[in-house]
Parts: sequence; C-alpha cells; structure tokens
Amino acid sequence: MGTHNTTETCRPVPACTDPHRRVVGAAPAICPRSPRVRAGVAVLALTLLLLLAGCGKAPWNDPYPDAQRLTNTVYTSFSERPKHLDPVRSYSADEYAFLAQVYEPPLQYQLLLRPYQLVPLSATEVPVAHYVDAQGQPLPGTAPAEQIAYSDYLIRVRPGVRFQPHPAFARDASGALRYQRLTAADLRGINRLADFSDTGTRELTAADFVYQIKRLAAPWLHSPIAGVMQEHIQGFKELGDRLAPVAAQDPVARVQALRAARLDGVEAVDPLTFRIRVIGKYPQFAYWLAMPFFAPMPWEAEVFYAQPGMKERNIVLDWYPVGTGPFMLTENNPNLRMVLSRNPNFWGETFPTQGMPGDAAAGLLKDAGRPMPFVDQAIYSLEKEDIPRWNKFLQGYYDSSGLSSDAFDQAVRIGGDGGPSLTEEMQSRGIELLTSVETSISYLGFNMLDPVVGGYSEQARLLRRAISIAVDYEEFVSIFANGRGLIAQGPLPPGISGYREGEGGINPYVYEWQDGRPVRRDIAQARTLMEQAGYPGGRDAKTGRALSINYEAVATGPDDKSRLAWMRKQFEKLGIELVIRSTDYNRFQEKMQNGTGQVYMWGWNADYPDPENFLFLLYGPNGKVEHQGENASNYDNPEFNRLFDQMKYMEDGPARQAVVDQMLEIARRDAPWLWGFYPKAFSLHHQWLLNANPNKMANNTLKYRRVDTVLRERLRVQWNPPIVWPLWGILALVVVLVIPALWMVRRRERSTAL
Amino acid sequence: MSAYILRRLLYAIPILIGVNLLTFVLFFVLNSPDEMARMQLGEKRVTPAAISNWKREHGYDQPLLFNESAQGLAKVTQTIFFQRSVRLFAFDFGSSDNGRAIGYDISQRMWPSLAIAVPVLLVGLALNISVALFIVFFRATYLDLGAVVLSVAMMSISGLFYIIGGQFLLSKLFHLVPISGYDTGFEAWKFLILPVIVGVIGGVGSGVRWYRTLFLEEISKDYVRTARAKGLTERRVLFRHVLGNALIPILTGVVVVLPLLFMGSLITESFFGVPGLGSYTIDAISNQDFAIVRAMVFLGAVLYILGLILTDISYTLVDPRVRLQ
Repeated sequence: MGTHNTTETCRPVPACTDPHRRVVGAAPAICPRSPRVRAGVAVLALTLLLLLAGCGKAPWNDPYPDAQRLTNTVYTSFSERPKHLDPVRSYSADEYAFLAQVYEPPLQYQLLLRPYQLVPLSATEVPVAHYVDAQGQPLPGTAPAEQIAYSDYLIRVRPGVRFQPHPAFARDASGALRYQRLTAADLRGINRLADFSDTGTRELTAADFVYQIKRLAAPWLHSPIAGVMQEHIQGFKELGDRLAPVAAQDPVARVQALRAARLDGVEAVDPLTFRIRVIGKYPQFAYWLAMPFFAPMPWEAEVFYAQPGMKERNIVLDWYPVGTGPFMLTENNPNLRMVLSRNPNFWGETFPTQGMPGDAAAGLLKDAGRPMPFVDQAIYSLEKEDIPRWNKFLQGYYDSSGLSSDAFDQAVRIGGDGGPSLTEEMQSRGIELLTSVETSISYLGFNMLDPVVGGYSEQARLLRRAISIAVDYEEFVSIFANGRGLIAQGPLPPGISGYREGEGGINPYVYEWQDGRPVRRDIAQARTLMEQAGYPGGRDAKTGRALSINYEAVATGPDDKSRLAWMRKQFEKLGIELVIRSTDYNRFQEKMQNGTGQVYMWGWNADYPDPENFLFLLYGPNGKVEHQGENASNYDNPEFNRLFDQMKYMEDGPARQAVVDQMLEIARRDAPWLWGFYPKAFSLHHQWLLNANPNKMANNTLKYRRVDTVLRERLRVQWNPPIVWPLWGILALVVVLVIPALWMVRRRERSTAL
Repeated sequence: MSAYILRRLLYAIPILIGVNLLTFVLFFVLNSPDEMARMQLGEKRVTPAAISNWKREHGYDQPLLFNESAQGLAKVTQTIFFQRSVRLFAFDFGSSDNGRAIGYDISQRMWPSLAIAVPVLLVGLALNISVALFIVFFRATYLDLGAVVLSVAMMSISGLFYIIGGQFLLSKLFHLVPISGYDTGFEAWKFLILPVIVGVIGGVGSGVRWYRTLFLEEISKDYVRTARAKGLTERRVLFRHVLGNALIPILTGVVVVLPLLFMGSLITESFFGVPGLGSYTIDAISNQDFAIVRAMVFLGAVLYILGLILTDISYTLVDPRVRLQ
C-alpha cells in the first residue's frame, strides 16, 4: 500500500523516468519513484506486517515470555532490593518477603486466627517452657519469676523434612561432598549457583538449629538480635566473646571454629530434639522462634559458600538461601527480578482447617486440609516507580498491588462513614480491596530529658496534654495518609493483647466519648491546660516570652513541606512557635542518640504480637540516651517500669490486662507521646488470586496463595488488545511528510537563481 | 602520537587521585562511619558494640586521612582513605559495604545500560543530523523557523514527560509494548523499543538545534561557496563538504560520551525497570555505601578521561591538519 501511494505521488515528476534528463550531481536516491525508495518503503511496511503477524494472540505489552502463559505462577513486584538474605542478619519486611518462603523456623503464625496464634512449622509442637531454679531443680509453671533461674524450651524437630536441592549437599560416587573443596579451575565458568551441575539434599536435624543459633552469636555475621539474645540465652555472650578472635581468620576457618564451638544454653539432645536454655523467665521467647533468625542452617551450605572464589562471584549465603520451606530462590537478580520456585523436597504442609467465624462463609477455608503450596512459582519484578507498577497491575501483569497516594483516588473512595470502597473502574475489573490495621504505630514523641517539654512536673504534663489535644491527628491521617490510619489511643495497636476497643480504650486526656465514638477534646480545653501549665496564650507567664519548641523532622523531599507547615499550624493553635529543624535520617538518629531534640516523629513495627514489644518503648531502662535502647523519648516513670517488669512475665489473661491497663493510664497521664495513629494497609488483588488474607505477623504467606490461571490469561488478553492504527498512522505521516519534502528539495535544486 | 597518549595517561593519575580525594571528603562530610554502620546493620536493636564491631571488620575504625597514633609512613597508610583508594588504581573495586563484589555487579549491570544507550546514541545521531541538514537546506525559510521553534519547545520539555507520555501512549493506551521491565538475551528487544523511542525523541530538540548551528557555521565558509561555484548540487555540498567539515565538533560531543554510555541513565532505567548502572551510584549514596560510591566515581572519571583521549585521537582521523605531539 505504501509503495502504491508513493508511485501516485511522484507521477507528475517525469524527470526520474528519464535518465538522460538528469543533471550533474543529481542523486537518484532521493527520487521517490526510485527503486531504492520503493524498496525502503516496502521493507518498512513488511517489517510492520511481520510485527503485526508475528505476535500471535498474546498481548504485545505482556512483559513475560510466551512460555509462561498459563503457568501456575504468582506475579508481583518489589521496590527495594533486599540487603540481606541470610536469616542471621535479615530484619526487614522487604527481605522477609523472600526469606520467609524459603526458611522455616520452628514456629509460625496461624493464617486465620485472631489474636495471632503460634503454631508449629518445622517443630512438631509449640514448646512449653520448663522452669528450673539456680540449682537446676525443676519448678512448677506457677513459680514466681524471681525464683526462676532458667526456662528450658525443648523443641522437637519435624521428622522427614529435607532441605531444598542444593549443590552444597551434592555427593560424588564415594559419598563425599562434591563441592566442598573447589579450586579456581573448578569455578571456571561458574557465575551463578545454577551453574553447578549437581545438587543433593539431606534430612533436617536438630544440629542445624543449634548451628544457626551459634551463628547468631558470631561477631562477623553482625546479627541485629545478638544484643537481645545475649540477655536471654545462656552462654550466648560468652560464645560471642570466645569467637571474637576468630573473626580475623579466613571464612572457611571461621565456619569450622563455629561448628566446633559450644553454646552452653543450646544443645541437640538427640538428632531430632534440641533444647534452648533461656535466662530467667521470658515468655516472649516463643515469638522469637517464629522469626527467620531461628531457622535451621546446614553447615554444609556455609562451608560451600565460604570457599575462595565464591564471594567474588557474589555466590554467598547472604544472597542464596538454603532452606526447607515450600519455595527456593531459583533466580536472584535483585536489579531485575527474584524468582521463587516450588521446592520439590517440601514436606507437604496442609492448608489450615481452623478460621474465625465468617471465614468459611467468605471462602477462606475452601482449601482447608489441602497440601501446599498451590503455585509452582512466584516472580517478583523490581519496580522502583509507582506509575509503571500501578499500570502493570491494572493491565493484569501483577496479581496484587499496594496503593500509592497517587493512585489512591483512582482506586478507592472514602464513604460518608469513613469506610473505604473501590471505585467503579476497579469494581468493573473484579479487583478486590483488602484492608487491615498494621501492628505498628506512628507517633509524635517528646524528649522527656528536655527541660521545657520533658520532665514529670504537673506543669510539663499539662503542656504535653495541651499539645496532644491541639495536634489534630484525624486531620493528619485524612490529608497525608488518605485516611489510611486508625487514630491511636495508646501505644498498643489492635490485634495485640491488651488493646481495648470502645469507651474503655480511649485516652481520656485527649478524647471524650460521645455518641458511641471518641471525639477529640475542644481546643479551648487545650488552651486552658496551657494556662494551667504556665503558658497562657503560648507565652511563659514568668518571663512573658513566647514559647518556642524545636521539632526534629526528617524531611528530605518537597512533599515534606506541606506536612511540616501543617504541623506548625497545629502548634500555632496554642500560640506555640514550632521551629522546624529538618534534617536527614542520619542526623536525626544522632540527635535522638544524644537527646538533643525536643519533639520528634517516629514509628515502630512489632516484632511479635505481645504488649511487651510496644510497652518496652516506654520502659526506663530501655532509654536511648542512657542505655542506647529503643525508648527514644527517654521516658522513665518508676511505677510504669515496675509494672512493666511485672507484666512481661505474665501470661495473657485478665490479670495481665489489668496491669496493662494501669500502665496505659500512667502513660496517657504523663503523655510522653502524642499517640499518633496505627497505619492501615490497603492492598488490591485481582479476582484470580485466591486465599489472599491479610496477616500482619505472618511473612510466609505465599504458600497459601492460589491462582486461577485460565481466568487471568483470558482477562489479560481482553484488557490488552494491541491497537495498531497508530502504527499505520505514523507510517502515513512519514509518507505525507517525507514525499513533499523530497519533492521540495528536488524543486529547489532545479530552480534557477533568476 | 603514542608519546602524547602516554603523557595524557600520566596526567590522569593526579586527576584520579584528586577526584578520589574529593569524593572521599564529600562523602565523609555527610556520613560518619557510625552512620554507615547503622545503615548497614538496620534500624532496630542496633547496639554500640555491633556498630564498633562492624566498623572494625570493614576497616572504618581507622582515622579518615591522617593517623596520628601510627609511626612513619603508616601515618598516611593506616587510614581509611589510603586503604580504600590504593586498590582502585589496579581496578580492584573490592566488595560493597554489604558484602557484594562491586566488579561483578558492574560487569552485570553495564550491558542493560549499553543496550539502551547505544541505540539511542546511534539512532539519535542519524536522525538529528539528517533533520538538521534538511533544515539547513531550507535555511532562512518558514520551515527553518518552524523547526527551530519546535526544537526549542521539545528541548524545553522535561525528559520525565517523554517517559511518562511514552508509557501512557504506547503501553497503557495502545498496548503495543510492555510499560517497563527487562529480560536477558534476545527477549530484551521488546523492552528496549519504548526507552529507545523515548530517548531518541527526547533528544531530538536539542540535537537538531545543535547540529543546525554547526552546519550553518560551516555553510557560510569560503570552501562551500567554491563548491557551489563549481556547480555541485546543494545536497552534495551539504553531505560531502559541510557534513565532512562539521565532523570535528560532532566528534567532540559524541566520542567523549562513548565511554560514559556504560554508566547508564538513572531516570530512564528507573522508570523502565532496566537493571543498568544508572541507579547503582544513586542507590549506593542512599544506602551510604561508600565502597560503591568511590568505585563508581572513580570509574566515571577514568571513562571521562578515556573519552577525552579518544576525542583527541579521532581529530587526527577526520582532520589531517591536526597532529598530536
């Protein structure tokens, strides 16, 4: 078609057809009717036709290879490359998204039950602590905490569990480990773990758990929980001290030294049982057993990765996990994608059979009792920017998606009752919305060491309470979090034992209960509190000077400006001048460490669903300045501390609730924090992704997911038909522009000066 | 010429030391080893002992530039600067602060960067020169004026607009290409179409305007008048004479950027999900990974110097009057 048009266009120009009429220097190449031009246009058209014809029925914008269509795969994305995939070091949600599918610690959180409940994973049952006194004599479970010298946890390992196929376990004909003495020649041509031809496996044993716990103590592995475990596991600190000189040795020698080292408080009783001796009473220890830190590690893997030449190829344990879980990491390119594939050696865990009332009706127990995992593969693609991530989700190329602020209005509308619902566009695509309150808190803290906003005098308390009323967090959540937050009445979020719903759970110093809901106290009450505190109208009654407070803000982008301006306005309601001292996160941490700030905003994500994990943020001996702990406000109320010491040893129940209530009352009265809000997670998923249930404590949820691949493929094709007319349009435009241009060139060349 | 190249290479040594020193000072003005350790160890439950342990293991427990407690030459050598810089000159980049081999990462990430940068350069060069010559052919006409206005308009638009606009039109609206992503081998082609188109179109405005200026400067010279006087067509004058003589400034701009193509483009790679080197340095700055920052700055400086030397050499190829001594 293009050729035909070209011929038509150049018909009035007879010069080209007659070579004898060509002038010197005239290049036939520019003649639109020349064979070269025709050939060029034909090639262009042919290429376009081939492109159109060669693409089959698959959508053109499908980012995945054709071979993956209809495969039982979950597609999702990640925005931050994981820093560590060694369970001894990893301590962030980004990393757990991969790690928790590969490694299996002794315990896990039940998927559906609330409050969160521990159930066995690589152990056969949830261990019960056995108490002993200083002489090693057993004590009853009801023994007072001060009598308990040690708590013994006897953990029985699930029999028949095998590690994923891995070269570290490969054996030669003689039965020796094949890849444990690699030379430079052996490593020639090896660039990835998959380049090793042979793999092997072996059964999980108690020794693998013991070895991993010893790894936690190894100074060269920099485990973030080494400091915590020193306080709790018998002999942990001593082992760390003994291993310190080994840190300078080569990696293989370090592994051998670690294998040979003895950790007093941890021992393998038999091949499938090990005991952990915890100092004193520490009921929260069971929660640690559900974290990847305590997942088993085969020594063969560490020896394998420690060999010379492996690190230079980035084939390291920190990058290639070796576990017993339902999946194994088969492609590790954090700059592009991470691929988890079904572990053929997985032991066959089944979908939980218990759920909350309504779960069965909601279809969440349809797969109860069926062996997991349900998918063969999960592909995580790196998406640093929100726009392409969101569009690929809408095109059906990601099965689920978070919700950025930019896309919020397109996807969700907030009803008059404050409840979220999907927009018509999302509903028409069958997209489903899942919301859940995170087990975390975002708060505004006062530095209790500061002479103005800190301290425990009534004047200081009243000042902090006045500010607590003035800073309208409902507005903050509405403006800056698209309503994705539940206003906090104290440090404990929902889902954590100790949290109270309703009137009994409100902070009476800031809220009143009206018409069945908490209502923020009037600003006039805050101004009265300011007068009582000695700052009428925001001025110091003694000196007459305006009260000025420094706000330590981590603000690095232009988006932070509006947030800071809003915060300044909140303090202005009381006549307080808020001086914004914005800085980067490094400086902010330094100020917190030195206790030089006055007011700051920070947050906390729960390690485990126990009130101890939140209330310790206000525990005096955990103060940041004096003890380098996580209590950034340096709050230190002796009564609160005493109750904390009592509460942390108690089992959940009415007695513990009563203690927690007392602690909350003290904290609310002292107001070391503006309690801020508990963030709400909004996630969207397509109708073909099944068993998507938000569990904010469990990270190993991939095994529960199921995909309707036929529906996904049908909708992808339906949603992404290639629209080719723009291509023809471009071709026509080129023809329309180029041919007259060539004609003009030729005409201009042929024109005479006069 | 070899003596000239050798001399230029020797000049490069003090330049590289200076670049390295400047990078070092700028980095450590903003980041202390304690902060680096905190960043690597995570935010929760980091103890002072863990920080000092990390610093000791990574060699950040030494003084930055001068070790007063050491003796003799060790005052200089037992410092973070010396320990971290010497190996760079042997192109041994070592490991990043989180333990990955930097040389390996660079060798893996430079290919996707090149896969975009080379086509963008070549197609862009061909298109810009062709359009610029065409405009010059019609100089001082409304066509010329219109093209200049359009060029100015195009170069005034942010590169981000072309990226988002390209993604919206070609992927979201017309469903013709993937919106982002990458693959290895031949499968990569479908991911390269959009970034290459966007890269070429995004550079047309400034490119055409620049080349038009070069050609206009040449076209007013005596040799062009002579060429016309002997009866050559305008096309032959433009392609054979003007283009040939304008090659020196074109080469200045092109050859110097050739080695830097390895370094990739941050925004393009970020929006198109291309695993190139573009974001490597930026990510390292965000993560306070000094090992990567110094390696990439050093590599960038080396490549830039190499580009300048190649430019000088290329002069001798296109202009017989130039001699390197």
